[in-house]
Amino acid sequence: MLKIKTDKLNELYSRIAESEALYLPINKANAANYDEWTSEAEVSLTTLKTVKSPKDLFFPQTQDMMRFKTEGKNISIIDVRSPEQPFVLMGVKACDFKAFEVLDRVFLSDPVDTYYKAKRDAGTIVTLACGKPEESCFCKVFGIDATSPMGDVTTWICGDELFWQPNTEKGKALTERVKDLFAEGDDAAVKEQQQKTKEIIEKLPFSNLDLSYFEENGVNDIFNRPEWQDLSEGCLACGTCTFVCPTCQCFDVKDYKTNKGVIRYRCWDSCMYSDFTQMSHGNNRTTQMQRYRQRFMHKLKYYPENNDGLYSCVGCGRCVNKCPQRLNIVKVAKTLGGKK
Amino acid sequence: MNTESLIPVVGVITDVRRDTPDVKTFRVVTPDGKKPFDHLPGQCAMVSIPGVGESMFSITSSPTNTEFMEFSIKKCGCVTEVIHSLEVGQQITVRGPYGRNFPVEEDLKGKDLVFVAGGIGLAPLRSVINYVRHYRNNYGKVAIVYGARSSADLVDIEEIKNEWMNEKDFDVYLTIDREEAEWDKHVGFVPSYVKEVGLNPNATALLCGPPIMIKFTLQALLELGFKKEKVYTTLELKMKCGVGKCGRCNVGSKYVCKDGPVFRMDEIDELTGEY
Amino acid sequence: MSNMQELIIKKATDLLTDNTVDRVIGWKKGEFVFDPSPAIFNSVDELKDFVYNPFCGANLSKYLIAECKKGGKIAVFLKACDTYSFNQLLTEKRIKKEMIVPVLVQCDGMLDISKIKTEETGAVLDVKDDGDKITVVSPYGDKVIAKADALLVKCETCKGFANVDGAEKIEVGESTLPQGDRFDMVKKLEAMSEEERFAFWKGELSKCIRCNACRNVCPACSCTKCVFDNVNSGVESKANADSVEEQMFHIIRAFHVTGRCTDCGECSRVCPQHIPLHLINRKFIKDANTLYGEYQAGEVVDSKTPLTSYTEKDLDPTVAVNTEGVRNA
Repeated sequence: MLKIKTDKLNELYSRIAESEALYLPINKANAANYDEWTSEAEVSLTTLKTVKSPKDLFFPQTQDMMRFKTEGKNISIIDVRSPEQPFVLMGVKACDFKAFEVLDRVFLSDPVDTYYKAKRDAGTIVTLACGKPEESCFCKVFGIDATSPMGDVTTWICGDELFWQPNTEKGKALTERVKDLFAEGDDAAVKEQQQKTKEIIEKLPFSNLDLSYFEENGVNDIFNRPEWQDLSEGCLACGTCTFVCPTCQCFDVKDYKTNKGVIRYRCWDSCMYSDFTQMSHGNNRTTQMQRYRQRFMHKLKYYPENNDGLYSCVGCGRCVNKCPQRLNIVKVAKTLGGKK
Repeated sequence: MNTESLIPVVGVITDVRRDTPDVKTFRVVTPDGKKPFDHLPGQCAMVSIPGVGESMFSITSSPTNTEFMEFSIKKCGCVTEVIHSLEVGQQITVRGPYGRNFPVEEDLKGKDLVFVAGGIGLAPLRSVINYVRHYRNNYGKVAIVYGARSSADLVDIEEIKNEWMNEKDFDVYLTIDREEAEWDKHVGFVPSYVKEVGLNPNATALLCGPPIMIKFTLQALLELGFKKEKVYTTLELKMKCGVGKCGRCNVGSKYVCKDGPVFRMDEIDELTGEY
Repeated sequence: MSNMQELIIKKATDLLTDNTVDRVIGWKKGEFVFDPSPAIFNSVDELKDFVYNPFCGANLSKYLIAECKKGGKIAVFLKACDTYSFNQLLTEKRIKKEMIVPVLVQCDGMLDISKIKTEETGAVLDVKDDGDKITVVSPYGDKVIAKADALLVKCETCKGFANVDGAEKIEVGESTLPQGDRFDMVKKLEAMSEEERFAFWKGELSKCIRCNACRNVCPACSCTKCVFDNVNSGVESKANADSVEEQMFHIIRAFHVTGRCTDCGECSRVCPQHIPLHLINRKFIKDANTLYGEYQAGEVVDSKTPLTSYTEKDLDPTVAVNTEGVRNA
């Protein structure tokens, strides 16, 4: 295992950024989000929950897909993509890393989404183990070990040192480029931190959230529970939960007229929005209760049914923290799973 | 086939036929005159007009037609309104084929078939009907019950009268909702007409039309002794990608774009009802 | 405050028991002390989950729009700031007075968990209210902080209650609410150079994720169909297509609510990125006060808003003036 003093991290960032763009949690205007590193950036690597998850490095909130040029009655379609440049994504927590697997199953299943794949292939992911999980965390429920995330490289910050463990070929290649900044170290400090963090995780209120109800009951039984009405009553129909969620992957495709032709882009969409399923001749989800139910059914039942039981939730707790009215997946799971 | 699931190919409109006051059928080929891609009956394609939008339509023409592709499109929203204004020679974009087809080579083969359609609901069935005509010996007797609000709203009426009605072992029953001076055929709603024409309850049925028609026709068929396992229909929900990724056309854990649009009635019973 | 909760639950119980109302809009307890949600209580039995504590920042008045469409009689609990929204919704005929029993509730300032939970505290399991101070209970060690440092931005200055016609008020003792100048930060921004101010707003607005929480929570944003949701409007957008667009969205929204915005502060409370959206509204309130005379939306039901009424003293709309009302050179 390699190690580096945390006060030398800027050298590491700067070295990585010499050859590849480096994205990591950066504080800007009182909010931490994944952003490109610059020498002026206020890096906040240990921020447990950036507001947005790192998913937009692979699945950007908006992404141009193609351009159309029309001349008279003729149309030409121009692929606007340039080859993805390799980049490094650093500071990814275990939950957010697991979320990439959830996204992969959607975007990399047949037919492969080439926009997503190109970015996925270009990225080297350096994860960071959690040292200070908080009360809204419940990754343990999904079998995630916050203290040893995978990724191309795994890192731990213990005291004033960052420990560095390459896992994959990509990770080894990155390590080769920065190796001289590191010293050799043993894993004693890491082990100790892992132990401490695991003890805290055991004590967190949602760590043993019981989801067996969703495994043991059929779609229609869950779908038809009367509690959905009460659960959704306070919902503002905003898209906060979906946009901060690392696994929400619904998108809209829209055309935008510019003076260089029509740009067709895709952007994040939210099942919470009233127009999400609106067609010119009807809408199959007209009430907010239906839309709210859709989101949680998707996370806890529909997605697992289609993906070998894998939940489309990683317990990052962003929706728990960020829902303006504090409605969230934990309340849903407890209400439906707790009492019949 | 195009390996990019979201990037379409260019199509040229080579013929526009007005079927009814609000339905037109568009013939589409690639700029070099070929059929844009192969498909199976019941499958769909995304058609778009850059700057206006992209929508999913069922492919009306039969797969056995190797020359071109046809879409019968009803004017009912932003995209279809603009499509209706297009003329021959205009280019559009198409991508596909998408979704599960009617099982013409599996469950339908060798069977007597009953087709029940209302209004523009004939569009996806037309593809199957013409496929069955092409491979006529592979299928049993065919009965078609087709209704619309008025005689002017019957889609593909020329083809029905001139070809389908003359086909061997094809019984075609037409009906319209209200009396008309020149109309010598049945008057009345499709679900009640279905009960009158003497359908063979052992046949496999394919239904397509407005939800209310489907609902009552299914009831009628069940009363006649049809089995849900042998009744097929199609669902239609808002779609953006067509490949099961954009996340909106699901009914429960099924995506209409890839697990549908064709569903068996017993399968639909298992769904959440949110369609 | 717990005494307040008992009094409020008793009031709700009485109103439901004697059938004065069919349902009550209130706050429902969550998993912690700091995560109550707005909820509709349909029976006395359901009131066991009713909560009123320093984390009931949510303004309940907008829920009345949907509830009024359902029929029946509805009780709603209103904190000081919420009373202005309530009156403004009455003024705009979005809610029906005869269907609603408003009950005013004392508030000593609501708290913001995101100010309490820092990287230092880590997990927060409980927050104990000890008057001026609060104790933050954490597995990483408890911490005591001044309550004043944990207030929601909207509670840093308080307008007090608006007069709500016929409303009963539940209170225990004197409330202690900060009475500072709510335009302090606006004045600071005005004092900046254009470049500084632009940099400030660019930094803030570039965080916007277009979740629409600010719009959806806003009692003044009560259009049945928002222009930004209308596919035919040409400005429909659910994505931050580029940075200019986010600024357009927020500025257009602020313009649209000018004169009707009561400064309830919900926009800033709900923003997941902590964009101080209330400052845009306050700037417009301040400007409207300067240009058209002092006006507080929601203070008086059926008052005419400065931008929807005409007086002879109004500025000539064809003449550009600066925000002090001085004609531009």
